[in-house]
Amino acid sequence: MRRIISILMENEPGALSRVVGLFSQRGYNIETLTVAPTEDETLSRLTMTTTGDEKKIEQITKHLNKLIEVVKLVDLTEGAHIEREIMLMKVKATGAQRAEVKRTVDIFRGQIVDVTATVYTVQLTGTTDKLEAFIAAIGETQVLEVVRSGVSGISRGEKVLSL
Amino acid sequence: MLSGAEMVVRALQDEGVEYIFGYPGGAVLHIYDALFQQDTVNHILVRHEQAATHAADGYARSTGKPGVVLVTSGPGATNAITGIATAFMDSIPMVVLSGQVRSDWIGDDAFQETDMVGLSRPIVKHSFMVRDPRQIPDMIKKAFYIASTGRPGPVLVDIPKDHTAPHNTFPYEYPKKVKMRSYAPVTRGHSGQIRKAVDELLKAKRPVIYAGGGVIQGEASEALTALARKLNFPVTNTLMGLGAYPGTDEQFLGMLGMHGTYEANMAMHNADVILAAGARLDDRVTNNTKKFCPGAKIVHIDIDPASISKNVAAHIPIVGPVGQVLDEMLAMLDEQGSVGTDTKSLERWWQEIAGWREVHGLRFETNEQGPMKPQQVVQALYKATKGDAYITSDVGQHQMFAAQYYLYDRPRRWINSGGLGTMGFGLPAAMGVQFAHPDAVVACVTGEGSIQMNIQELSTCLQYGLPIKIININNQALGMVRQWQDMQYGGRHSQSYMESLPDFVKLAESYGHVGMMVEKIEDLDSAMEEAFALKDRLVFMDIYVDPTEHVYPMHIADGSMRDMWLSKTERT
Ligand SMILES: Cc1ncc(C[n+]2csc(CCOP(=O)(O)OP(=O)(O)O)c2C)c(N)n1
Ligand SMILES: [Mg+2]
Repeated sequence: MRRIISILMENEPGALSRVVGLFSQRGYNIETLTVAPTEDETLSRLTMTTTGDEKKIEQITKHLNKLIEVVKLVDLTEGAHIEREIMLMKVKATGAQRAEVKRTVDIFRGQIVDVTATVYTVQLTGTTDKLEAFIAAIGETQVLEVVRSGVSGISRGEKVLSL
Repeated sequence: MLSGAEMVVRALQDEGVEYIFGYPGGAVLHIYDALFQQDTVNHILVRHEQAATHAADGYARSTGKPGVVLVTSGPGATNAITGIATAFMDSIPMVVLSGQVRSDWIGDDAFQETDMVGLSRPIVKHSFMVRDPRQIPDMIKKAFYIASTGRPGPVLVDIPKDHTAPHNTFPYEYPKKVKMRSYAPVTRGHSGQIRKAVDELLKAKRPVIYAGGGVIQGEASEALTALARKLNFPVTNTLMGLGAYPGTDEQFLGMLGMHGTYEANMAMHNADVILAAGARLDDRVTNNTKKFCPGAKIVHIDIDPASISKNVAAHIPIVGPVGQVLDEMLAMLDEQGSVGTDTKSLERWWQEIAGWREVHGLRFETNEQGPMKPQQVVQALYKATKGDAYITSDVGQHQMFAAQYYLYDRPRRWINSGGLGTMGFGLPAAMGVQFAHPDAVVACVTGEGSIQMNIQELSTCLQYGLPIKIININNQALGMVRQWQDMQYGGRHSQSYMESLPDFVKLAESYGHVGMMVEKIEDLDSAMEEAFALKDRLVFMDIYVDPTEHVYPMHIADGSMRDMWLSKTERT
């Protein structure tokens, strides 16, 4: 089961290493991890995706909650939510490929944000599935470099994760 | 106006700290200087930082108050690691102050620099790094608060040297209260869950109360005892829980688990309801969790939600302080007037248990001509101390014998490293206990392997006149390792025997103590009496026992609770 866990934690040195350390120490895996300060500068928001069965996820959330710096935590996948990842990609774009790449970018509603005679730099936002579909559509042989932000997420509707 | 160093010491005073256990070095010299200039906080100088942590730990286990440690940066801090891990595994409240190189040198591989916050991260409940001297009072306050509330544990405060410098002074105020938005330990169990649990207990036909170290940590022994007596349920304690329920009581089945009694393990296996109180169903108790107590509904009380359903799923989980939860259970029973257990079934259950007791799982063979048995040593110790001593132990066979054959009637009397199993724990822990209880009888049950891991503390004992009795059960072997090699490795004793043992009597004498050697069973009782009569001396009793003895019962690996070896040849 893939889960998106969203955490509000004290914006203090060492807090992130405790979260990451917990995962390696207890043999949990982190697939993606994003972290940045929030509008309240004393707090940072951390989003991670992980996989595991029900029991493992329960242990993960319990242990995260035990960390002193973790203020609040929500498993976004338990309810309706929105998830996004941003990807920047350099694609070979020469000859006939140029038009083809452009068309695929348009279909996926991406943007070409930088251009050279042989390379397009593409920006694409979406769910993890969408980004993977895009990579597949472009074709691995065309791809020169990929950088992904990791998943960010927020719940739908009126529910908010705040103090 | 106080310097950082003075603030450290003042905060300890304001926290009511009597003793700190430590060892000086460059990074903490300012703090040592501040300590020198006062006399409310007593500093105990150990001979190795590991011993400082174990001594603080023994102090904490025997009093319930946090133990305090002070070590220097680098090697001082790394030497403390084993003791911090030991305290962490057994949820012992401890505050460790470690020196650090000056803040502008951090990260430069300065002399005696170690990333102590990083190194200790997986073995502390929390840690702080002082970034400004003004943070010191608040951080120390929080450290004590976090260490001693909720599920207790060690907390580290790492203090760069420049932040303790004498020429930088600041106004000092010790916070009266701790406010932390991200830390709020539970203070009450859920009443609905407690009600459900009580209903389940009342329906039980074959109940067992399985109580762990949490009952001792949570000061819940009285409530536990009252509940067990009211319900007339059998009780078993874990290695960490010994003393939580009186060891000499009729309803007590003895310890359970890997080296638990036959009756305790059989009762668990056949139970229909298990009340697990302040216990964490760890692997030394459960054997194979897939085969664990197949017919039992499990009511699990623990202050740490992560302990619940970690190893074995709980049917009725209750997150809360075990004392408060048990008190509420008692109140519910009181409210309904008659208790209302299934007394007929309970009677039958007790009869079944009586049958298991007759198997006498705790038995051993003596041999008039042959060497003395280690079990006899613990029995003699029990007799000589009238069951009323503080017993610390090291790790190995002697530890299990001390758990099985000494009956602990009160909490905080049995002090051992259960979770980490740290050889070298016993003697320094006994020092901490003796400081906390200067008039009490304190004995350290150890082995010739373990004692050599912190033997240097004999020097500390001399300095402070600690009249500890060291009961060295000398089987000339790393007995527990040897036992496993006998049972699982065809008797190939790879590196498990001790050649060239020191003359422990002379060794004790050279440290200024009394040494005694006992080789014959006829001399054992009188030697014990003689040793314990020396009320103000440390006595090192080197007692030679049968090197081939094994600890039984012993769970058969990967089996259920009821699968046990009862001797070298008999199994269930
Ligand atoms: C620091 C440490 N190292 C290794 C072990 C593994 N170990 C467990 S029991 C034991 C033997 C202990 O020997 P001794 O103290 O003589 O006790 P005995 O079993 O002989 O009673 C060993 C090596 C341990 N528990 N702790
Ligand atoms: Mg030995």
